[in-house]
Amino acid sequence: MSEMSKIVRTLSNITFPFIMVFGLYVIAHGHLTPGGGFQGGAVAASGCAMLLVAYGSGWVIDRIKISRLSAFESLGALGFIGTAFFGLIFGGMFFNNFLVETGILFNVVPRTGFTGSEFNTAGVLTLMNFSVGVKVIAGVFAIVVVMAYASSLKEWKQ
Amino acid sequence: MSARNIVAVIVFCVLAVFFVFTALMIPFGEPMKTQMDDYIIMHTQQETGTNSAVTTIVFDYRGFDTLGEATILFAAVSGVLMLFRRVKK
Repeated sequence: MSEMSKIVRTLSNITFPFIMVFGLYVIAHGHLTPGGGFQGGAVAASGCAMLLVAYGSGWVIDRIKISRLSAFESLGALGFIGTAFFGLIFGGMFFNNFLVETGILFNVVPRTGFTGSEFNTAGVLTLMNFSVGVKVIAGVFAIVVVMAYASSLKEWKQ
Repeated sequence: MSARNIVAVIVFCVLAVFFVFTALMIPFGEPMKTQMDDYIIMHTQQETGTNSAVTTIVFDYRGFDTLGEATILFAAVSGVLMLFRRVKK
C-alpha cells in the first residue's frame, strides 16, 4: 500500500491527535465512564491504522519495530495476569480487588451518583484497564501493520 | 426427493419448533430478576470502590472471561506474527 494524496495525509495529520486523545481518555476513565481497555485500545489502534492507510505501510514499518510492538503486547498481558496474581497473594483470591482495603492507591470509595471525575477509585480495575489498553493498542496495530506490509510486497523472500 | 432431503426437512422443522417455543416462553421486555443482579447492585460500591457496575463485572466479578478475551487476542497476534515472520525487515 503506497501513500495517498496530500489532502488525505494532511487530514490524517489533523485528526490523529484527537483520535489518540479520545482513545487514551476512554482507557484512563474505564472505571468511571462507559468503555474500558478493550474499547479505548481499539479506538487508538484504529487511529494508528488511519496513519497506516494515509502514509503507506512502508513508511510505517521504517519507523516502528514489530518486535517492540509484540513486546508491549506481552507486557500488557503480563500486567493483567500479574495484577490478578497480586490479588491471589495479598487478598487470598485470584482477581481479588486488594487495593480497596489497603489504602495505597485507587482506594477511595465514591459517593452514590455520577462520579465522572473521581479518578482515585476502583482499586485494581484501573490498573487492569491500563494493561488491557496497552495490550490491545500494540496487538491490533501489530496485526494491521504486518498484514498491510505483507500484502504490499510483490514477491516474498523465501 | 431423496431420503436425505426428507431427513433434513424433518430435522429443520423440529429445530425450528424448539427455537420458536423457547423464544415464546420468555416474556418480551421483562428480564428475569436474579439474585446475582441484586447482589451486584447492592455490594459493588463497597467491595470494589466504584460506581460503574459494568466495569466491575467485566474486570472483577467475571475476571476470567476478560482473561479469556486477552488470551484470544494474544493467540491472534502470535499467529499472525508467526505466519508473516519472513516479511519482517
